[in-house]
Amino acid sequence: MSHTAVVDSKTAWAGDNNSPFGAGYGKLMMWFFLMSDALSFTGFLSAYGFYRHDFADIWPTAENVFTHFPFMHGDHPLLYVALMTFILIMSSVTMVLAVEAGHRMDKKKVIMWMFWTVVGGLIFVGSQAWEWYHFIHGTELGAMELGIGTYTLPDGTIEQTQGIIARWVDESKQVLLLPWREVAGDVTSEYLTLSGQALTDAVAAGHEIHGANLTHNEYGHPLFGDFFFFITGFHGTHVFSGVVLNFIIFVNVIMGTYEKRGHYEMVEKVGLYWHFVDLVWVFVFTFFYLV
Amino acid sequence: MGHSEDGPYKYAAHHSEEEGKKTRRMIWNMFWVLLAITTVEVGLGMTWKEIGVQWHVVKMTFIVLTIAKAYFIVAYYMHLKHERGSLQNTIIIPYVFLALYLLYMVFTEGTYTKFIEYFAW
Repeated sequence: MSHTAVVDSKTAWAGDNNSPFGAGYGKLMMWFFLMSDALSFTGFLSAYGFYRHDFADIWPTAENVFTHFPFMHGDHPLLYVALMTFILIMSSVTMVLAVEAGHRMDKKKVIMWMFWTVVGGLIFVGSQAWEWYHFIHGTELGAMELGIGTYTLPDGTIEQTQGIIARWVDESKQVLLLPWREVAGDVTSEYLTLSGQALTDAVAAGHEIHGANLTHNEYGHPLFGDFFFFITGFHGTHVFSGVVLNFIIFVNVIMGTYEKRGHYEMVEKVGLYWHFVDLVWVFVFTFFYLV
Repeated sequence: MGHSEDGPYKYAAHHSEEEGKKTRRMIWNMFWVLLAITTVEVGLGMTWKEIGVQWHVVKMTFIVLTIAKAYFIVAYYMHLKHERGSLQNTIIIPYVFLALYLLYMVFTEGTYTKFIEYFAW
């Protein structure tokens, strides 16, 4: 049987020696904060979903964008982000182990697990910075953002080229690929190729772009970049502030603040926040990188 | 006074070494579950074309696995499962309504912008 501290005027917060919901005041407020914070992320991801659906033809897939892996050459789609996900899950485990050690008043173990949680968080934030760096700088080959002009589809329809992001088929820069989807029977062609005069015209009217910012994106629609920066940026801010909070609690644990207080509930509260950050990443990982 | 039905996460709760052992086993079990789900997701994301699975099947699998993962994190790591029912409902019910609302939006107005484009010209 677990034994609990006696409820007195210090631990109860609603008068009459009661703790509504059977939870401490701070913990309950943390839950309410997380609930409203999750709504912000829901808004971001829903907006992302609607726009992605709207520009489904020319939306870049994350596995074609995030293909780098440190110290390795070539294409490794999803691999690095999978590693980042693993690191965040791992730091969630160390966090919950710190909470568990706190329930046994095992100060040494709390310190150890809090330390690894902070380390995991820092690695994750560093990984995000690294990924941003590659996304912002883009590829050596770059892409062409086409200006005013037209091109003809195989069925004879004439389309505008304005604003289309076209990629080179290889380094020789002889053929441009235009994102395009034709479904005829079971055959799906994702690209339309431009060469010869059409290519010369398209290049003359366009300009080369490398990487991405808020208005241009060599991988496809600029909104992809905007959503990437906003969603992973908002999440990264949460991770960063989580690391700061974890570090403060870590220092407090070392100084014996909670030992004196008689319980480690602060570790549990900051733990809730940290798991929430992991929880959001679970959704970002699926809806931004996998789907 | 005192709520005997409250679980191990009541305000300022403590537990014994024995209970700690049980909790730690649960924590590591959950870790393997989360890792397994993530591995399946990444594996499927890398190989679905070669295996020859339909994209919409893959997509739905991702969404189901994501919700499962979210459930495990919230229920066990954030230990909402061990909180009182009233707290569980306070957190979960708003999201049930939100999910229903979002589904309604997608099914009724998901193509609205296309519709506008079509008639604006």
